[in-house]
Amino acid sequence: MTLLKHRLFWPVAALVTLVVVNVIANPNFAKVTMRDGDLYGNPVTILRESAPLMLVALGMTLVIATRGIDLSVGAVMAVSGAVSLTIIADSPDPGSLGTVTVAIVVAVLVALVLGAWNGFLVSVLGIQPIIATLVLMLAGRGVALLITGGAITTVTSAPYKFLSNGYLILLPVAFFIWVAVVAIVALVERRTALGMLTESVGINPEASRLAGVRSRGIIWAAYMVSGLLAGVAGIINASNTMAADSNNAGYLIELYAILAVVLGGTSLMGGKFSIAGTVIGVLTVTTLDKTIQFFGVPPAQSPVFFAVVVVIVVLVQSPRVHAWGRAASARMRRTPSSGEPPTGPGAASAAKKHEEVAA
Amino acid sequence: MTAVVTETPEVSTMDRVRTFAARRASVLPTLAAIAILIVLLIGAQVEFGNFLTPRNLSALLLDHAYLLVLAVGMTFVIVTGGIDLSVGSVMAFTGILGAQMLASGIPVWIVVPVMLAGGAAIGTLIGVLVQYFNVQPFIASLAGLFLGRGLAYVVSLSSIRVENPPILWLQQTRFLIGEWYITPTGIIALVVVAAGAIVMAVTRFGRTVYAIGGSEQSARLMGLSVARTKVMVYVISGLCGGLAGLLLTAYSGAGYPRYGIGTELDVIACVVIGGTLLTGGRGYVLGSMVGVFVFATITTIISFMGAEQAWTHIIVGALLLLFIVVQRAIVARSDRQT
Amino acid sequence: MTVDTDVRPLVSMRGITIAFPGVLALDGVDFFLRPGEVHSLMGENGAGKSTLIKALTGVYAIDAGTIEVADEERDFASTADAQAAGISTVYQEVNLCANLSVGENVMLGHEPRGFAGISWNAVHREAARHLASLGLDLDTRSPLASHSIAIQQLVAISRAMVLDAKVLILDEPTSSLDRGEVEQLFAVIRSLRDRGVAILFVSHFLEQVYEISDRITVLRNGALIGEYLVEDLPREALVTAMIGRELDELSALSGAAERAIDRTGTPVLSAEGVGRKGVLEPADLDVFEGEVVGIAGLLGSGRTEMVRLLYGADKADAGQISVGGERAKMHAPRHAIDRGIAFSSENRRAEGVVAELSVAENMILGVQAQRGWMRRLSKAEQDAIVAEYMEALGVRPADPTVPIGTLSGGNQQKVLLARWLAMQPRLLILDEPTRGIDVGAKADIQRKVAQLAAEGLSVVFISSELEEVLRITQRLAVLRDRRKIGELDPTEVDLDGLVDYIANAGHTERSATR
Repeated sequence: MTLLKHRLFWPVAALVTLVVVNVIANPNFAKVTMRDGDLYGNPVTILRESAPLMLVALGMTLVIATRGIDLSVGAVMAVSGAVSLTIIADSPDPGSLGTVTVAIVVAVLVALVLGAWNGFLVSVLGIQPIIATLVLMLAGRGVALLITGGAITTVTSAPYKFLSNGYLILLPVAFFIWVAVVAIVALVERRTALGMLTESVGINPEASRLAGVRSRGIIWAAYMVSGLLAGVAGIINASNTMAADSNNAGYLIELYAILAVVLGGTSLMGGKFSIAGTVIGVLTVTTLDKTIQFFGVPPAQSPVFFAVVVVIVVLVQSPRVHAWGRAASARMRRTPSSGEPPTGPGAASAAKKHEEVAA
Repeated sequence: MTAVVTETPEVSTMDRVRTFAARRASVLPTLAAIAILIVLLIGAQVEFGNFLTPRNLSALLLDHAYLLVLAVGMTFVIVTGGIDLSVGSVMAFTGILGAQMLASGIPVWIVVPVMLAGGAAIGTLIGVLVQYFNVQPFIASLAGLFLGRGLAYVVSLSSIRVENPPILWLQQTRFLIGEWYITPTGIIALVVVAAGAIVMAVTRFGRTVYAIGGSEQSARLMGLSVARTKVMVYVISGLCGGLAGLLLTAYSGAGYPRYGIGTELDVIACVVIGGTLLTGGRGYVLGSMVGVFVFATITTIISFMGAEQAWTHIIVGALLLLFIVVQRAIVARSDRQT
Repeated sequence: MTVDTDVRPLVSMRGITIAFPGVLALDGVDFFLRPGEVHSLMGENGAGKSTLIKALTGVYAIDAGTIEVADEERDFASTADAQAAGISTVYQEVNLCANLSVGENVMLGHEPRGFAGISWNAVHREAARHLASLGLDLDTRSPLASHSIAIQQLVAISRAMVLDAKVLILDEPTSSLDRGEVEQLFAVIRSLRDRGVAILFVSHFLEQVYEISDRITVLRNGALIGEYLVEDLPREALVTAMIGRELDELSALSGAAERAIDRTGTPVLSAEGVGRKGVLEPADLDVFEGEVVGIAGLLGSGRTEMVRLLYGADKADAGQISVGGERAKMHAPRHAIDRGIAFSSENRRAEGVVAELSVAENMILGVQAQRGWMRRLSKAEQDAIVAEYMEALGVRPADPTVPIGTLSGGNQQKVLLARWLAMQPRLLILDEPTRGIDVGAKADIQRKVAQLAAEGLSVVFISSELEEVLRITQRLAVLRDRRKIGELDPTEVDLDGLVDYIANAGHTERSATR
């Protein structure tokens, strides 16, 4: 019972179920092979391809915890990809480590500035997060298009490509990048008081202000982190395709990131958040994406499945469905002993009351 | 002190202005949008010399009829305090669905109702999730966005031409008034605007929409039919999505599953620029129409300048920001009054 | 139990039982409401008052019992159902739509319609007529938001009359009204009563209950204690019925006012000409060590506004504040906290508790915020703070890991008090710390305040209950109409004197100069 009550139980159960279904349907799904001292196979691909979404979702988790949302992450990815690839393309020596380092640093700084802009609109001007970040979501891709001059910039640069396609010990570099970022973020949030103060601001901003919490700084920081991580995600994404496609880079990623955060058990109402939950949520989303492809569905059609997942997830979390579940289990327990008719008024009123309490 | 001042007659006009401002503060953002539209139009005329032509202005409506219809539906949703992200993909889905059905020889009098029903069905799904399962509108309509886009690709992965005469008639017919012209698609869009404006202003349903936007709990305790109304606004928005699919199919002569990507953002931007408060409770359908025309004018100006269309979104984004900040200031002021 | 059977009840609730998961909220309660009476429902928080109201208005379904309205058994599925049967409710937090006009709020859902939909002229004419019948003359086309809470409440009552309500439920309608507004409301209530409307009245203010009620029903822990005619129930008996024990605890505090305060040194807090345009006229206030300074005045007199300026919750645009003799800039709560000032807001839910965080996290929040996010309190330090205050303030349940949102109002207030005390302030500002909490918790908090002050803490204390202010303060600053009108020594005035001062002091010379 306590296991069932753990906040990560359902996210983990969903991921495990998904993997089990895949393995039963096709045992090759979980197959991992060793080639030239590196591991390959579906699980490894999932770990590698999760990287951009993982970074974006991590930033999104912090923003959502402050009761916000960052819709601009996809656009920020496009900008950061465009900036880094344009720098590399314009440099005399695209393959040098120096060029790539400069490109990455500049792109990440630009992303940080964009995040700071969002944070400024939300924390200083007090604009609703959905709207504030909508501005950049709209304008960001336009900016990325201007940077690349409307074309899709392609480059060849081995060190840059290494970020998403290279391997470190056994596993892809991209995997190590996200693990490191997750570890850093988790440490900062939970080993300092930042996590609790963020939750406090997310749950009750005014009470937090009166208690002396520097809400403005905390909220601002969350958007900056989100922008920064989206920038890194944009670089990994661009490194994967080696092309700055301003229209399609990070397209809909904000929505997948939100889905991953919600799957991980963090409420969109802000407050309590779970980094481990988000990691699981992202792995679930990526695995589901792979599963859909595995079943031979064209990638373009996969949104239908994600729509179904979103609906299932929100229904499972919905108080009304919880009440139905309780009423049903109460009936099952009651029927054999008292022989009451299964649709007693009590069950219905209990359901109604619960809804009231939840509301 | 004020008692002395009110005795002079000039100030009583001032008072009337003040009374108007106090009663109708919610119109101010829309008036600002009209001002911006006028400035844009005059500015463009001064710059290009040939901007304010009947032909060009007629094209504004023609090219954005679908956007106008979507904006009407979105206004209903946003005034209740919700949001509908699905409109762009619903439009793509119904458009490609209609094109596919026409291509396989199904008569148009079946196809059009099916397109509208398809949009309304996705709207109903979103509304039910929002109302009966307490799902945030943002998330519920996100599911609608995924669903619409995915279904569009399920219908067809590539574009399908439409050669059905009644559908093409909608676009190709030009009713001329001097040098002005209007197409049936434009008429449909204006009728939708008029219907939307009337419903919002003088029906109990419309007033319930405003009441929900003001305070949903209050609306419920006042005994208004909150549940039905909240589902209905999403159905209306879905229906508008279906109708927009029809208009866009007629306009482009084809259904294409990639149509309308990002359109939801354009629509939201138009509605906000038109003076509707994203927090709900305030806004006008006619204001949204002004917002669409502002958007349309900017697009046209940019193509007149021969500049990159990427600028459209940057400028609309900036304008959106401006409006949001202004709205924020207005709300902050009216909060302080209470 | 005295039940007057002269008049046939309009509403008869018999054997009402409602169970929530784990709690029996109402246990076989009977309640009768007769036409033309004002009937007060009394009980501590958690006694079941709001549950009973929600059962009557169709918000909750009942698990057992019957509800009869006008001799007909009813089972309301929603508030709309109940309204259709003539039962209307006006809540403490006014449930109208502030974005719409006054007239529309009165008529919403019942607008006269013509050929072309709603006829707005008729709407406003009708609304004006209904408002006038309650003695209100308002611009029906003005937005509701431009009127005070008191007016909004009367608009809500007008709306109930549009629905032709036979039963009017007023749930804590007076808690944010000032004296004059309460009088206006009571006049309306009396006129409705005389028209035969049955009125169910709920309030925490005993004075008001005795002033307006004909009959009182008392609940305790979800059970009916009794129904009484108001003249048969002396105040002591009512309090005893509500809390189930003789209560001498409140009177045990008297004597605090006589405590001598040394006012020769530097004040802990000294405000000179602090004010803000439209909020508070420039005012002075000194608070000395170990002193409890009460701020008395009606709601809206500027008392909350004054302490918010002192704390930096709102920014003052005039005057200067010194803490311990040093000039201090108070532009944000943090500035005040850094100088050892703590402020507990009157609005516990919106500005106090962080509902989903645990009791422990709520307690340490202030200390942690002061240390900054980098220097997290260690587990041991946290436990020490939590253990100390759980014990000292008697927080129930005694489990610091539960979310604070699950506690009763009184216990939430204790946790908030702990949050501020844990910061070890020199000056504690308490704005309505005892509002809306039960008598037991109220006594606990008053006792704690008196004890801390005796130990040297300075306190600024605001309360709507003037008796409370007189009992525990050593000096009183009196405000009226956003202006400080003077200071009083609580040992030299009694309740009547204070009320008289608040109402009349300064009036005479002002009219003389005019």
